[in-house]
Amino acid sequence: MEIFKQTNFDFLGKKWPFITLSLLLTAAGLISLAVKGGPKYGIDFTGGALMDVKFQKRPSAEAIRSALHKSIPGEIEVQEISGTQEVFISTGLNGRSDQVLQDVRGRMVSSLNTAFNPNQGDKLDINTAGQSALADRLRDPLAQAGVGLTDDQVNDLTKQITTFRDTPPRSGLIQNLDQLSGVPGMNPKILNVIKQQCYGGAFTVRNVQVVGPKIGADLRRQAIEVVLWALAAMLVYIAFRFEWIYGVAAVIAVFHDTIITIGLFSLFNKPVDLTVIAALLTLVGYSMNDTIVTFDRVRENLRLQMRGSFRDIVNRSINQTLSRTVLTSGLTFLTAISLYLFGGQVLNGFSFALVVGIIVGTYSSIFIASPILIFWKDLVEKRNRRTGSGVRTAPVAEPQVRPAVSAGKGVARPVR
Amino acid sequence: MQRHIRFKFLLILAVTLACIFGIIGFPKNMTELVENWHKNIHLGLDLRGGTYLVVQVQQQDAFNADAGARADALKEAMRKAAVQFNDVDVQDAHTFQDATHVAILVRGVPATQSGTFRGIVGEQFSAWQLQPQNATDYRLTMRPTEALKLWQNVLAQTKNTMDKKINALGLSEASVQQRREDADSQLLVQMPGVDDPGRVKQILQTAAVLDLYDVKAGPFAGRDEALAQNGGILPPGTKLIGQPADPNQRAGGVYVVTRTAVVRGPDIRDASPEPGQLPGQWNTKFVLSQDAGRRFESYTGSHVGQRLAIVLDGRVIEAPVIKSQIRDEGVIEGQGTEQNAADLSLNLKAGSLPAGVIFLQESTVGPSLGADSIRDGFAAGIAGVLAVVVAMLIYYKKSGINATLALVLNAVILIACLSWFDAVLTLPGIAGIILTIGMAVDSNVLIFERIREELRAGKAVIPAVDTGFNKAFLTIIDTHITTVVSCAILFAFGSGPVKGFAVTLVIGLIANLFTAVFVSKVIFDWELSRPQPVTALSI
Repeated sequence: MEIFKQTNFDFLGKKWPFITLSLLLTAAGLISLAVKGGPKYGIDFTGGALMDVKFQKRPSAEAIRSALHKSIPGEIEVQEISGTQEVFISTGLNGRSDQVLQDVRGRMVSSLNTAFNPNQGDKLDINTAGQSALADRLRDPLAQAGVGLTDDQVNDLTKQITTFRDTPPRSGLIQNLDQLSGVPGMNPKILNVIKQQCYGGAFTVRNVQVVGPKIGADLRRQAIEVVLWALAAMLVYIAFRFEWIYGVAAVIAVFHDTIITIGLFSLFNKPVDLTVIAALLTLVGYSMNDTIVTFDRVRENLRLQMRGSFRDIVNRSINQTLSRTVLTSGLTFLTAISLYLFGGQVLNGFSFALVVGIIVGTYSSIFIASPILIFWKDLVEKRNRRTGSGVRTAPVAEPQVRPAVSAGKGVARPVR
Repeated sequence: MQRHIRFKFLLILAVTLACIFGIIGFPKNMTELVENWHKNIHLGLDLRGGTYLVVQVQQQDAFNADAGARADALKEAMRKAAVQFNDVDVQDAHTFQDATHVAILVRGVPATQSGTFRGIVGEQFSAWQLQPQNATDYRLTMRPTEALKLWQNVLAQTKNTMDKKINALGLSEASVQQRREDADSQLLVQMPGVDDPGRVKQILQTAAVLDLYDVKAGPFAGRDEALAQNGGILPPGTKLIGQPADPNQRAGGVYVVTRTAVVRGPDIRDASPEPGQLPGQWNTKFVLSQDAGRRFESYTGSHVGQRLAIVLDGRVIEAPVIKSQIRDEGVIEGQGTEQNAADLSLNLKAGSLPAGVIFLQESTVGPSLGADSIRDGFAAGIAGVLAVVVAMLIYYKKSGINATLALVLNAVILIACLSWFDAVLTLPGIAGIILTIGMAVDSNVLIFERIREELRAGKAVIPAVDTGFNKAFLTIIDTHITTVVSCAILFAFGSGPVKGFAVTLVIGLIANLFTAVFVSKVIFDWELSRPQPVTALSI
């Protein structure tokens, strides 16, 4: 099966609509960034607290906010995760006292408890209890009820119970204590004791992130710096392997992809956190890979001394690699999209960045990196013609290298 | 030619087997296989659930305490040498960055005695630098080398104590590390699978400094009253402790106690919870070390009828009257639940923290979320790889098998390397694996498209395959090295998650050079090495 046999699309002739689109997207992203005062950083970069709470039946965002209002100073954001009973509760802690930061989790849980688990007496909430707390709670009542279990057996039993609770499909929440009859080692007598001592609370805390503002700022600065250094290193390497303008073009293209992706995050109001940085690194790698494949072909064709202008050669190179580009992008896109669809909420921001990045990254090699290359070569040529100096007559790297293409072997040879 | 291929084939087989062994060992049955898998593949906290804490050690506490003790010693030495002075004061450091700038201020030393004073400082306080402020006042600061020593000691001791606490909690996989090389005094606590992080934080944060003081007078309702009773100044060698009396609390009150404690935290040998007199009320019993026990015995023997203050982290827990001589045991009452009493005994046994700690960062992934992430991530991974394999088989027919084999082997090598290096697989690591798969697919596609081009140009099958591989190799090398170069930067300057990404990606890319370029070529060669000439290639 083949999609493209021998294409000859005039990509570079149609570059303007695409470059305009790029500029529009970049502008939209930048405007959104400017209006919102920079990207919406996740709490790992700004400092603050984020809790992922799963309810049996999700209360309204307003109810949650008012439950937390008293114990947590400052603005509380409640974001419902569609298709689930979960919410993300977040609060920025900028400028707030260290004391709040130390115990934000405790405060949140106890406020939620007061609001959503009323009238349970001194029973233990089996959905928020840890294994050792559960064991401490059950040890004596079990003995009193005549269930002869050693301490180790009680520990094993409670471990089984918490594991049972935390594995899908329960995923953290026991709705009805009778569900526990599915736990290995359970019997009606034990279950009875558990029912006397515990209840299935209305929520469980699935994830907590608390970050001090200073460490957040540190992480952010470091992440940005390291990405810029990595880009610089790639530029130097490509400049060394090709020509410096190739490196510049490739880095501008990658930069373009990153800006657009971050802009889209801003437009969709998605937070940029450490996971998204990982995704951005991936897309930088991906886009760079794509650009180099095209440039590599350009270099090879130049060495073959193809006829036609530099622009024609680049266009032909894009066409020659088109089938590979489409196929690779398509296949990687399959991976990214399956991650986006099935990867779960932890991977959501990450896979979103990948999906966007693959599309933008593929297209930027053709419509951003290549035109920059041509633009520069034209400029140099024009200047040379004007000054009359023949220093850089042709954009060909080393015309004296004439490879014998038709020979079966030995085509691969070191460049320069 | 044939032998050449056989040799290469054996090499590939050996690598494959070694990798599979690295991942699952020699399992005898299914359960053992799963067990080995879990033993060899370490999932990060973000994937399997657990808690990650960044702890800031409040170095200034230790420096202030040290300066305080030295200031006392200096006063003593000056009195002994009959050097006059108005007062000796400590200028406390308030943040951990300032800790090393803590200073002792000495005021009012007569100019005539400056020589003697300098002599004392030079002899007994060599860790401190003397800076005259004017004719009679001096300022002592810690020498940088000594400050650095103390700083590192405090950090190491804090790390040690936390280690002990974590071990006592039975968190076998947990670890405490210094966060960065530079002297920012932060510790990183990683606790996989912990399900009650609130309690652990509480325990880690408790300094657990237990002091037993000889009470000279008290209790008083407040500091002012205590001072008034003593005519405005405290007797030499004593200090005030405790908080103003609160009618709701049993143990309120301010006491005048000797400056140095009879027994200090490190003197404790053992501690355990025990039931109190009221049901549901637990106490913590402690046993002193031999040496401290002897001191305590003689002290309690000579102080029967007087009060002894039990002070935990600066709070007076109680100040009972000594009824008879006590050898080496004591009880801290009123600890509430059994768990609280047990936690306190754990803290007492682990030893006290030399300085306070605050948490800069907490990240807890609940076990249920961890389980969900693993399930979802696994499903997504399988779906993604299946989609890629099916697409390649449709598009490249039989040659797609080649690519699939190379891809699978790449994944196997990558996972085996992670297991050999004891690397921890985190979310950014998975990002690295995804990019690896992307680039591995790309390498195969590059090669196959080149072969197709050569075939289209009218070449015979064998030269077409050779040329295709050779030409694509140049491109593959360039894309791979560029990425490796950027990974080197990410690894050198990045922090934890970014490093994880770089490591998996580099391993994946090296594995890919082996599989996509070498293994795939060997399979082609093998297919094309049949005796009858091959005229068509399924690609």
